[in-house]
Amino acid sequence: MKFDPAQLLHLVVGDPQADRVVPPSGFTAKLTLFSAGVMAFLAVFALALSLASGRLAARWSDELSRSATLRISAPSDQIAAQTAAALRVLDTTAGVASARGLTAEEQRALLEPWFGPDMPVDTLPIPQLIEIIEDDNGYDPQGLRHRLAAEVPGAVLDDHTRWRRPLVGAASRLKTLGWLSIGLIFAAMAAMITLAANAALAANAQVIQVLRLVGARDIYIARAFVRRFTLRALTGAFIGTTAGLVAVALLPSAQEAGGFLTGLGFAGVHWLWPLVIPPLAAVVAFVATRAAAQTTLKGLR
Amino acid sequence: MIELENVAYSYGGGELLSSITLALQPGSFHFLTGPSGAGKTTFLKLCYGALVPTSGHARLFGADVRGMSRDDIALARRRVGVVHQDVQFLDHLPVADNVALPLTVSGRSSIDEGANLKELLTWVGLTERADALPPELSGGERQRAALARAVIMSPDVILADEPTGNVDWEMSQRLLTLLIELNRMGKTIMIATHDLGLIRAAKSHVQARVLRISNRQLHLAGADL
Ligand SMILES: Nc1ncnc2c1ncn2[C@@H]1O[C@H](COP(=O)(O)OP(=O)(O)OP(=O)(O)O)[C@@H](O)[C@H]1O
Ligand SMILES: [Mg+2]
Repeated sequence: MKFDPAQLLHLVVGDPQADRVVPPSGFTAKLTLFSAGVMAFLAVFALALSLASGRLAARWSDELSRSATLRISAPSDQIAAQTAAALRVLDTTAGVASARGLTAEEQRALLEPWFGPDMPVDTLPIPQLIEIIEDDNGYDPQGLRHRLAAEVPGAVLDDHTRWRRPLVGAASRLKTLGWLSIGLIFAAMAAMITLAANAALAANAQVIQVLRLVGARDIYIARAFVRRFTLRALTGAFIGTTAGLVAVALLPSAQEAGGFLTGLGFAGVHWLWPLVIPPLAAVVAFVATRAAAQTTLKGLR
Repeated sequence: MIELENVAYSYGGGELLSSITLALQPGSFHFLTGPSGAGKTTFLKLCYGALVPTSGHARLFGADVRGMSRDDIALARRRVGVVHQDVQFLDHLPVADNVALPLTVSGRSSIDEGANLKELLTWVGLTERADALPPELSGGERQRAALARAVIMSPDVILADEPTGNVDWEMSQRLLTLLIELNRMGKTIMIATHDLGLIRAAKSHVQARVLRISNRQLHLAGADL
């Protein structure tokens, strides 16, 4: 049961004579079309999920390894001195590309979502934040903590790893689940097409027998069925994919909602990925129907 | 072209046919007779490779049936015209398409063959019914359509299982005449029938041998018919 692309092409072009020898089948045809469409629609979402969570995982792990925050909590008269001391330490730490104390405006902007714009942030004893950007080699967080403990007692290093690592893990897990779903969707499509093909083959037992008796080769008989199911799956999947793409395009953009999610959707060339779904559905239908037809024919001399 | 060598066949119980040896000579004309259930249809199926002997060898155009691939069988069927006892057609296609079906499945449905098809339908008297669907045909019309379908590939051998089972005497004479004409054109013919009258009628037109199945054996019947 080898898959041969040339054969698939020949199949799509078709032979109108060969097509007529099997009676038209209205209902199974519609069901196959419908299920292929639904499966393709779902596959678009699974694909969007996989690609989006892949992007999310990549972005998070990228940020995870590149930035950290130093928090300086000290009586207000010592903050400036300790900040300066901390920056001095950071400047001489290997693996730190740059370090910069956040301005009062930046800190206010960070707090605004929680306390509102009218909060007199200046008068609160809030800690000073220092943003640390790593270079490609990275720094040694333990070593840095030791040096800070000695020179800047009020400094707490938060390297983000602790709370982001599980999120990165979750995002990659989500990506894996997405691909798994795509695999399952195509497996279910193959199963459904096999069932539909078997029903069609059983309904046409007499036709198959007559064809065989007048000297039709197996491939000729199989092709009449395989062609139909392949074209139906292709058409159904095309409609389903188009609908899925429209639905994904119409999803509200995640940026407005606050930047935490990258949003379920496709970005850039990723929009081309769903175009693989209809041909893949056709290949699945081709292989499934061919296998079903061969099995039926083997039982007949 | 068709050779049976010490062939036996059993459907699973006891042997239905035993130690049968026969070689069909090109251009010969045979009748096959015997009581109902004796195994005439089974014998013909062994001849066209639909059944594989349980022992012995059946050879179709020199190839042992037992070693033939599925495609070999399909190709051999294009060289043997069979009129089946229970004729089956594609019920959704008109008679003309059904008669031309062997051409269609072998990829030979050209314009030339279209002319042949017309001639053939005239010959079996089905021109008027060419557009009818098989379920709309009478028993005799079905058998004529079956004969036309069996000969359209211009096969070397024609095996007909009770081709006159459903028709009146006049029509059976007409079908017989068609088969005798085919034999004159050089085709090898074998007709399974109960109808001794038909055999007698044929004997005045053609050199026919009569084979009889009884007691699981194939016998050459004498001139006493
Ligand atoms: N597929 C089968 N499985 C089991 N037994 C079968 C099968 N086909 C035929 N038989 C049995 O084999 C015997 C011979 O059948 P066959 O059809 O060859 O007889 P026949 O001589 O053609 O009879 P008729 O003149 O009634 O057509 C019968 O007893 C029949 O019941
Ligand atoms: Mg019989």
